[in-house]
Amino acid sequence: MTREPLPSFGRLSGVRKVFDRRNDSPLVAIEDVSFDIAQGQLISLLGPSGCGKTTVLRILAGLTEATSGTVEIRGRPVTGAQRDFGVAFQAPTLMPWRSIIENVLFPMEVQGRKDGAARDRARELLKLVGLEGFEQVYPKQLSGGMQQRAALCRALIHEPTLLLMDEPFGALDELTRMEMNDLLLDIRRLTKATVLFVTHSISEAVYLSDVVLVFSKRPARIALRLEIDIPYPRSINVRYSEHFNRLEQQASIALGVNR
Amino acid sequence: MSGQNISRIVYPAIGILLIVLAWQAYIVAFRVPVVVMPPPTKVMSALAADWRLLLVESWTTFVECVYGFALAVIVGILIAVMVTASRGLSLMFYPILIATQSIPKVAIAPLVLVWFGTGIESKIAIAFIVAFFPMVVDTATGLRATPEDLLDLARSLKCTRWQIFWKIQVPSALPFIFSGAKVAVTLAVIGAVIGEFVGSDSGLGNLVLSANAQVNLPLVWAALVFLSILGMMLYAATVVAERILTPWVESASQ
Repeated sequence: MTREPLPSFGRLSGVRKVFDRRNDSPLVAIEDVSFDIAQGQLISLLGPSGCGKTTVLRILAGLTEATSGTVEIRGRPVTGAQRDFGVAFQAPTLMPWRSIIENVLFPMEVQGRKDGAARDRARELLKLVGLEGFEQVYPKQLSGGMQQRAALCRALIHEPTLLLMDEPFGALDELTRMEMNDLLLDIRRLTKATVLFVTHSISEAVYLSDVVLVFSKRPARIALRLEIDIPYPRSINVRYSEHFNRLEQQASIALGVNR
Repeated sequence: MSGQNISRIVYPAIGILLIVLAWQAYIVAFRVPVVVMPPPTKVMSALAADWRLLLVESWTTFVECVYGFALAVIVGILIAVMVTASRGLSLMFYPILIATQSIPKVAIAPLVLVWFGTGIESKIAIAFIVAFFPMVVDTATGLRATPEDLLDLARSLKCTRWQIFWKIQVPSALPFIFSGAKVAVTLAVIGAVIGEFVGSDSGLGNLVLSANAQVNLPLVWAALVFLSILGMMLYAATVVAERILTPWVESASQ
């Protein structure tokens, strides 16, 4: 597969985040993080737990304000949440009082676009993630993995240009997680959305991404930018190739695991 | 009807029957005079003879309870919304609200009678005063307990404050609101009867007092039976409303 240079989607420059703490010195969560996001790329932010990679994502989602530095999307500086972004959180974060389809439709409802077409799309997405027939049940009647799939549909319902995912599969068992990885790649192929994916799993990051940004321990800095030159579509066999292992090794060295 | 539902009716019925039998046996065995405690047979004949009167008086008390409870729900929720929406209001009035709760409601009742007269209004007011506090506390707790991750979701979608309130805070507080309402509805019955005791010419509370003054103990007990049925019906109605309005809570426990 030959790659043409992709048009730019956005850029973070010199982003720094300091949390003020009561009765303690300020906590530097992120120290000078800059990277480019190309249109349609899937970029993983890989780092140890608590390193501040989630904070980077939250800044992009408009849930946390950067102390300094800028975030530019399509050439314009952004602050605050964007309606054309979709966010998938660590927990499914479904509303227990809404049926699955009503949860998926929530972003459309908020934007006043909950029409027949939106319903059709919600049904399509649920079918795509294997939740056909579960439209009318309450979230508590589903397993954790199924809830996370529904949450993924909700993040996609308004056809976001940027999908922000914060360790969405972290709480799932290994097998479900690998299934969800393939599902994400399918979705990404179909929607062509740009994806930023936070994870602490090396193999997940390498398997999914065009680019893996390896973060250092707190305060977060980018220790390594790793291009994953394995062509899509990727399948389970890729995980056992020598090249894949070498990429994993490079990432783990950057993480400071191999010494 | 499932076996579980049948046992829910059969077991309490057996329990009541056993207590009534024990009561009758005790009174016969120890020759307890009717003025001290009437036997179940006399209470039942009072129920049979005076059911029309009992129903009429029940209706009065029922209306007082329903209005008092409805006011407690509406005002209680409004106060809870105000104290949770504004930190200033909360700091200003919440401690005073809690302080007023240490005053025994019976002590306020004569004042309420002075303000509202001996008609139904004073009973509604007392039922309201007794019942509204748990509504405030539980609703405020529910509104404050909105899961942080749902608020994050709402912010990421740029929900307006109004949308956050109606689409997230209120539904997530609903189970709390209902647990407050279940306490409030039983308190409303107590409040209405306090009001009738302090001054009235109708209602089950009034009937208890007047029958007692005429040493008609079986009628006193019959009125108590009606009061207890009234309380249970109001509670059951609240539970039914809870099941209808918060169906997800039930489905979670299945």
